[in-house]
Amino acid sequence: MYTVADLRKGLKIILDGDPYIVIAFDFAKPGKGQALYRTKMRNMINGTILDRTYRSGETFETASLEERTMQFLYKEDNTYHFMDNKNYEQIVINEDALGDAKNYLIDNLQVDVLLFRDKAIGVNLPNFVNLRVIKTDPWAKGDTSGSDSKPATVETGYTLRVPPFIEEGELITIDTRSGEYSTRVKG
Amino acid sequence: MTHNWRLSHKRNVLADRACIIGEIRRFFNEGGYLEVETPLRIPAPAPESHIDPLPSASWFLHPSPELCMKRLLAAGYGRIFQICHCWRAGERGRLHLPEFTMLEWYRTDTGYYGLMDDCEALIRSVGDVIGLKERLVSRGREISLQGPWEKITVSEAFNRYTPYTMAEALQRDLFDEIMVRDIEPRLGITGPVFIHDYPAARGALARLKPDDPSVSERFELYIDGVELANAFTELTDAAEQRSRFLHEQETRLSLGKTVYPMPEKFLEELSHMPPAAGIALGLDRLIMILLRASSIDEVVAFTPEEL
Repeated sequence: MYTVADLRKGLKIILDGDPYIVIAFDFAKPGKGQALYRTKMRNMINGTILDRTYRSGETFETASLEERTMQFLYKEDNTYHFMDNKNYEQIVINEDALGDAKNYLIDNLQVDVLLFRDKAIGVNLPNFVNLRVIKTDPWAKGDTSGSDSKPATVETGYTLRVPPFIEEGELITIDTRSGEYSTRVKG
Repeated sequence: MTHNWRLSHKRNVLADRACIIGEIRRFFNEGGYLEVETPLRIPAPAPESHIDPLPSASWFLHPSPELCMKRLLAAGYGRIFQICHCWRAGERGRLHLPEFTMLEWYRTDTGYYGLMDDCEALIRSVGDVIGLKERLVSRGREISLQGPWEKITVSEAFNRYTPYTMAEALQRDLFDEIMVRDIEPRLGITGPVFIHDYPAARGALARLKPDDPSVSERFELYIDGVELANAFTELTDAAEQRSRFLHEQETRLSLGKTVYPMPEKFLEELSHMPPAAGIALGLDRLIMILLRASSIDEVVAFTPEEL
């Protein structure tokens, strides 16, 4: 059980039977009035966003999500297949439930699969993943447009801005929290 | 020992903060105010339903210097100001620190309208010192500090910004929620706003309006959606004050909160207090707004989490 005092970004609670994650939180107290806790929450199953304001004293059911380390196997149509390396059990997650995580899933990547009542509802990624660039324009030497980045598509189909010196076939590190280019992988 | 990078980068902000506080002192000294210091640790804070003082041994760290400052008024001090730290348990957020800096000033020669003029003059003069040229600019928006600043009653604000009247909001017990969600974010967006005449029950130490006792002579100043100051024409009727404190104590009891002792010395001396008006201004928030910081954390050297 949580109270409003426990509210913070990233907290996972149960509302109306569904697991929600707090994505924004602020404390408010209009002059001489009572303390109010303003939250924005995302339904972890269907992605719906909720704005709710709570008063002190209110409590929440803890969302007990099981996390299991699994390996990403392959994608088939809109489903993503994962395997638990300890017992070889396989599970399937829909593209919608994965959200942006699908941009970083390459074969054999180890992730933490989140399970709610034995149903997989999402994954926790490593903060950084290495992905190969499969398409980007060559660096036009003498380009004087002053542009300091260009689009590049990586092997998962995800497109992001990279520095102009990145070439097709290179391996780059992406920060999965922001979705942005981090560094070039040397070698 | 690693270098505290965050702290060293606050130098400019802390220098501006010191400059603002210096100007505030100059403003009040020139206005004939006496700067006072009252004890931070007190035996009996004013009973208020939604303000929780922090205990300090068997006493409390004051949530505001209000009671001692009014005892000074009762003893004949006509214009006083104080800059001091205050404590309120459980208040933490983008605009809240459990230990924060308050500026309070009191005058015996005016009602709450006079304090609105003081706010305008003070904030414009502080703005000049840090080079604001009567306007605040951020994220492509401009907030003009030129006077006169807008005045709107709480009741008008409910009519303008919400589908409820003030009376309906009170009756449905949604006053605070609507205020926070629908009204506050719209106050002070193009220029500072005074929102005034609060429901009588929302000003435990304020005088009721003589021609409409359903509201109190109380205002709040907002700039850019942020509540900066709370002011009222002071209640000077000691019997009425005692009965309101008792009512606040009962509310606390019903909410399961600690009930602290009645401030007897204050009540005894209140009957000697001449008509007066007083105001409490959150200094950290004012500095945050003037420096266009996005959080109160950015304008203090240390937050509680950094200690």
